[in-house]
Parts: sequence; structure tokens; C-alpha cells
Amino acid sequence: MSGRLRGSASIVGLGQTEFSKSAGRSETRLAAEAIVSALADAGLPVESVDGLVSYTIDPVEETELVRSVGIPEVRWSSRVPYGGGGSQGVLLHAAAAVAAGVAEVVVAYRAVKARSGARVGRAEVSGRASSSHAGTTAGQWCTPYGVLTPASWMALNATRYMHASGATSEDFGRAVVQMRAYAAANPNAHFAGRPITLADHQASRWIAEPCIRLFDCCQETDGAVALVVTGADRAADSRAPVAVAAAAGAGVFEEEVASNHYRPDLSVMDSSVALAAQLFDEGGVGRDEIDVAMIYDAFSPILLMQLESLGFCGRGEAKDFVADGHLGPGGRLPCNTNGGLIGGGYIHGLNLTGEAVRQLRGESCNQVGGATTVLVTSSRTGVVLRRG
Amino acid sequence: MVTGDNEGFWSAAEEGRLVVQRCAGCRALHHPPRPMCPDCRSVDLGWEQAVGTGVVYSYALLHHPQHPAFEYPVVAALVDLDEGVRLVTNLVDVEPHQVRIGMPVEVAFEPTADGFAVPVFRPRGAP
Repeated sequence: MSGRLRGSASIVGLGQTEFSKSAGRSETRLAAEAIVSALADAGLPVESVDGLVSYTIDPVEETELVRSVGIPEVRWSSRVPYGGGGSQGVLLHAAAAVAAGVAEVVVAYRAVKARSGARVGRAEVSGRASSSHAGTTAGQWCTPYGVLTPASWMALNATRYMHASGATSEDFGRAVVQMRAYAAANPNAHFAGRPITLADHQASRWIAEPCIRLFDCCQETDGAVALVVTGADRAADSRAPVAVAAAAGAGVFEEEVASNHYRPDLSVMDSSVALAAQLFDEGGVGRDEIDVAMIYDAFSPILLMQLESLGFCGRGEAKDFVADGHLGPGGRLPCNTNGGLIGGGYIHGLNLTGEAVRQLRGESCNQVGGATTVLVTSSRTGVVLRRG
Repeated sequence: MVTGDNEGFWSAAEEGRLVVQRCAGCRALHHPPRPMCPDCRSVDLGWEQAVGTGVVYSYALLHHPQHPAFEYPVVAALVDLDEGVRLVTNLVDVEPHQVRIGMPVEVAFEPTADGFAVPVFRPRGAP
């Protein structure tokens, strides 16, 4: 399988609701609002939509959504397994559908009430787990031991990573300080206007010792993001198309759902290694072409782990890469310029794709000058997007 | 959550035995147990008692959020059994901040509030 797409597909529309701690309306309405906004951005009528793609974890029923928005005919739809790690999989699905000619205008969306609804980070042991992972490896083998949340699943990997790399909580904190600095300058971020220092990070309470403090965690967020994907013909008419240059990885399940604790070396994210091979080596994109990166930072340790596993630095070198300021403005890999999931909010990773589109349109709050190629990854799925 | 594929593990634990799935086709050991051997695709699978010793591969002291069924911090750990498979588990009879990667441990069985038992681990040689 190759990350290189045979046909061409572009993102032509981006829409989102406000991100908040209490949306005060249903996920279906949030999705509908984001979709209508994305179509307006694309300059396409609702009636043009003939494809839908979201995630198995998404609570919105397609039937209710289609009837609410008034989409007359859906010819193709799909869902990417789970959510966060699969967040960029919707772009692969949409681009593949467009390339195959089974749909012309595909809407990819994620709507979530992760704070006012079923909180992702709350400890639950019921069969109806907060993050729909009952029956999976985590549900069966972690729950009996009180390992109940994504942070606690990930912590077992992160402690091993610290052991292998020598990275410390302060090293994770330096990445968080950068995410919060970007968020501070983004009026739409959860932590707009609220930067922190490394001392603030170190003073935040432990969630999972010795690797995850409160400030290492993403923000449980209410909101929705929608993207409109179409082929080259229609994209040529849109105001600011963004080409999907490479997309890969929707089927790499080894590490889903952040709970595969059985791989030989947990200090490496094997799915990111596989993803990088597809996007870069097979997809024909050079790592040195990436002007800006959006890397899934549900918890700060996995940001450093992905930097290494994607090949942007060597094993154990992410802590130095971060300390040297390479994620910040002017660095070698400005990263998560919306503030990431830690500072910006957590629409399960699809908000990182939105920020990638803004960078390529020159409309980011933390614009990287001359950005033409942006990488978006979430451990096992990823895309490379290009201007035009 | 007990399913047809993992029932043998939990029913053995209630009897105070730690078992690992053994494939009769290729003799590989697997944990977690699966309905098919991913190495040779055999469905002829059985249970084999483990010696019950291993080392800590990784750990985390879980402080928050808290659930009433557990005492905090929860000492969560990954233990590599001498047989070569890894378990998610808890460590007991150890001061949480004394836990280290590589620490030798041995199995013990902890009763649960609802009448089951789960295999946990304690430092090897602990009384």
C-alpha cells in the first residue's frame, strides 16, 4: 500500500463551531452547523454533497444528520474505526472515494461533547465505557486493574519511553509550554491568552506519575469540525483549495486504542513508523519538505514519541529537539500552531487538520511564512497537505 | 468483561492459578488470549499454567481520576512473565515510589469486591 494517491483530491471547505466546555446543544446540531459552515466556505450548495465520512466513535447518526442538513442523496458513506488515532483516516477515505469516482463532494466531520457529555477522561468501569472501548483490549485487560482512562493506558507506554530515552517530566513540559504559547495567541483556542511557564507545568498535579501531569493532557472539549473534499475539477473553482498530496494508515490497528501494551518495544510508536514509511518513503514526500507539522498531542509524551517514530529526530533525541525550540516559531518543525489538542481543544484530532488548512491558506493565528506543505498525523493515520 | 475468548484466564484466577494461552498447533504462547492463533491460524488453543514470576516492564502511579472500586494511587504495571508474555496488572505489597522498571516480581491473587479474583504481582521474596 502506498501513501501516494492515484487520483487527485483537495480540501475545499473548512467549517467549525466554537470550542467550549458546554455547547448547550446536541452533537447532531454541532455537526450540522460545522458542515453548513464548511460548505459555505467551499462555495458549494448543500445539494452537492454525495458522500459522508466520520468515525465509529462519533455519536451522530448519519440518517438524522442528512435529514437535518437536508442532503438529498448520499451515494457513499463510511466510518473510520475508533476516533483519535484514526483522525486523519477520514481524509484517506474521502480522497479514495473521490479518486474512485463513487462520490464527488465528500464531507468529513467529527462532533463531540467530550466535556459536557460523556467525558473521555472520567474513570468508568461500566460496559458502556466513556470512550466506547468496552470489549477492546483496554476494556478487557485494563479495567480490572483500575487502568480506566486514555491517560492511564498511555502512561504505561510513556514511563517506558522515559526509561529508554532519558526524557523527564520537564522535557514533556517544554513541549507543553510551546503548545500553550501558540494557544495563547489563538483567540479560538481553549487557552487563548493563557500561556504557562515550565514552573507552572511542574506545579500541576499528577494524573499518572511519573509521566503525565494535568497540563500534559489535552482539553476535553465540546464542538465540531467539518471538511469538504472534492476532486481537481471542482477544486479549481474554489477560493483556496488544499491538495491532499498523500494520505495513509487508516488500517494500522496494532496500537489502537492506545492500549496495545503487548508490542515488544513500547518506547517506539510502531504505527507511526509504519505511517512514516507510507507517507514519506512510498508517498514520495521528503521530511525536509514539511514546513509545519500537526502532531496528535492527546498527552505530551506521545508528541515526543511521534517526533522520533516519524523520523524527525533520532531515538531519544526528541527531548533535545524540543528544548532547542524546533517546535516553535522559526524552528525546524513548527508544530501544532493552533495550540494543539493540549492548548487549543480536543475535537479528536480533526481540529489539527483545520489548522493545517489555515496554515496553507495563510490564515493561521501563528502563521508560518511561506508554508506550502503541512503534515498532519495522529499516530496511525496521517496526511500531507499542499497549497493549491 | 468476561468473554468466550478470555473466560479461561479469569476462571483460573478464581482458583489461584495464573494461566497463559498456548496454541496446540505451533506451541506459541499468547497474551491476551485470542480466538485464533495469529502465528499459525490454529483454533486449537488451550491454557497452560505459568510459573508466576517475571519483571516489571513499565508502570504508572495513577492518581486521578478516581473510582470508588480502587485505592489510590493505583499502582498499574506491565509485567513480563518469564514465559515471555506481558500482562497489565497491579503491584501490591510495595511502596509506590519504590517501584522500578526491571524489578523482579511474583504473582499473587487479590479478591475483588464482586467475588472474583485477579492476578496481581508483588516484589519477589516479599513475605
